[in-house]
Amino acid sequence: MLVVKSVHTYYGNIHALKGVSLHVRKGEIVTLVGANGAGKSTLVNTICGMAKPSRGSIEFNDRAIEGLPPETIVRRGIALVPEGRQIFSAMSVEANLLMGGYIHRKNPGQVREDMDRFYGIFPILKQRKGQLAGTLSGGEQQMLAISRALMSRPDLLVLDEPSMGLAPLVTREIFAIIRELKEQGRTILLIEQNARAALKVADRGYVLEIGKVILEGEGPELLEHREVKRAYLGKGAKQIWEA
Amino acid sequence: MTTDFFQYIVSGLTIGAIYAMVAIGYNIIYSVTEIINFAQGEFVMLGGLFAVFFAGPLHFPLYLAFVCAVGMTGLVGMAMDRFVIGRARNASVMSLIIITLAVSIILKGGAMLWWGKDPHSLAAFSTGGPIRLGGVAIQPQALWIIGICALIIIALTLFFRKSIYGQAMLACANNPDAARLAGIPVKYMVLLSFVLSAMIGAAAGVIITPVSMMEYDRGALLGIKGFGAAVLGGLGQFFGALVAGAILGLAESFCAGYLSSGYKDAVALVLLLLALFLKPEGLFGSGEARS
Repeated sequence: MLVVKSVHTYYGNIHALKGVSLHVRKGEIVTLVGANGAGKSTLVNTICGMAKPSRGSIEFNDRAIEGLPPETIVRRGIALVPEGRQIFSAMSVEANLLMGGYIHRKNPGQVREDMDRFYGIFPILKQRKGQLAGTLSGGEQQMLAISRALMSRPDLLVLDEPSMGLAPLVTREIFAIIRELKEQGRTILLIEQNARAALKVADRGYVLEIGKVILEGEGPELLEHREVKRAYLGKGAKQIWEA
Repeated sequence: MTTDFFQYIVSGLTIGAIYAMVAIGYNIIYSVTEIINFAQGEFVMLGGLFAVFFAGPLHFPLYLAFVCAVGMTGLVGMAMDRFVIGRARNASVMSLIIITLAVSIILKGGAMLWWGKDPHSLAAFSTGGPIRLGGVAIQPQALWIIGICALIIIALTLFFRKSIYGQAMLACANNPDAARLAGIPVKYMVLLSFVLSAMIGAAAGVIITPVSMMEYDRGALLGIKGFGAAVLGGLGQFFGALVAGAILGLAESFCAGYLSSGYKDAVALVLLLLALFLKPEGLFGSGEARS
């Protein structure tokens, strides 16, 4: 469904992506883990059109999308839940959802129907639909951001650091939502610093380090990989040094 | 004595409605782009002079001249975004503001070349003398001004509350990146904000011309007073602009009536300075300006 082929992207003068390749098949959850500054967000921005790649290709549903502006890419069926949620804080919860369905504005019945569905899944959003989105708690804002992205009826949902800045309990809640989305058969690309939680829900994973994919494999397999353990899970570091 | 008082209130509210419309023009562009468009006053001047042109040499009926003048000025606003602001979109907000100053000078110069330096007049919208209400004389044009201002404000409020495009403009103002990710073309929303502001400014220009005539360099003063109202009401606040416009108009009118009309123009500037010193976020502001 999504095929990224040796993409290079510069972030200012920094060569942030140095030939990254990955793919996501329909119905899969694929996760991308890596430390701060590994290029995870740059990769997301390149896929969603917020950054332009200098080389390489990105195909989505067999059409090239690299270098297209974000407002076109969302019409092609990729929706991003951005890092830090980026909700419209000065607008009501309902208006946020409405904006998520902007590309379907010619079909208000469908937008209404989708909105009611998310109100059913997240009753707290329904309770607060008239409230300004900026007054919601972090976890509620994340639910709103996910719902807003899904309002565009995407084929692929990209989640950038959904657990960032959330309390552990709330993080667990967000991962429960991700698992639920997976059961509905959605295709998800999940970017996370919380490698353990991410690899647990994912079918497959990629490990990104200073702009390159250094490892890829099935989720559980990567979870057991000693290099991943050493670098991202903080476990067994000692044994590796001793070996 | 009391008739004088009410007379001043009527004329203050009339001019206040004009300031409010200019202020709303500032607010629309500011809320979508954070640019303060110093060519806003020039839109008012162009609206008035285009109406004079359509009604005078071309002999259009007044209502058609009004529509054409507003449309032409809308086109000027569109051109300003497409060919000037849009070309420099990677520039900082401060550079863009300076660019709008340049545009205002160009528009003023162009208007001087086309219409000359003399003030031009336009017929009032309805004939007949002033309406007398217990000694207070109300010009029919004053009612037109207040009525059209009210209509525009109702229409704008509905547009921003109810229309998906109005909401999308607010979304662009609130978080442009998130708006683009939702598929909202921010570029066109910015364009729309310039066209809307230009048209509202032009409407103010057309309706004030029968009262006070219009010449090429009236834009600057109207622009500054409208800016005063926008700041006093809180940048980006539509309701604030309305109230602040009325306050400004009334203050001017009372000053002209009880002190001296020579000080009239200073009132707006004094209020602007007071607002900046004491309450920089404005009467109804969000607190953004303070930081």
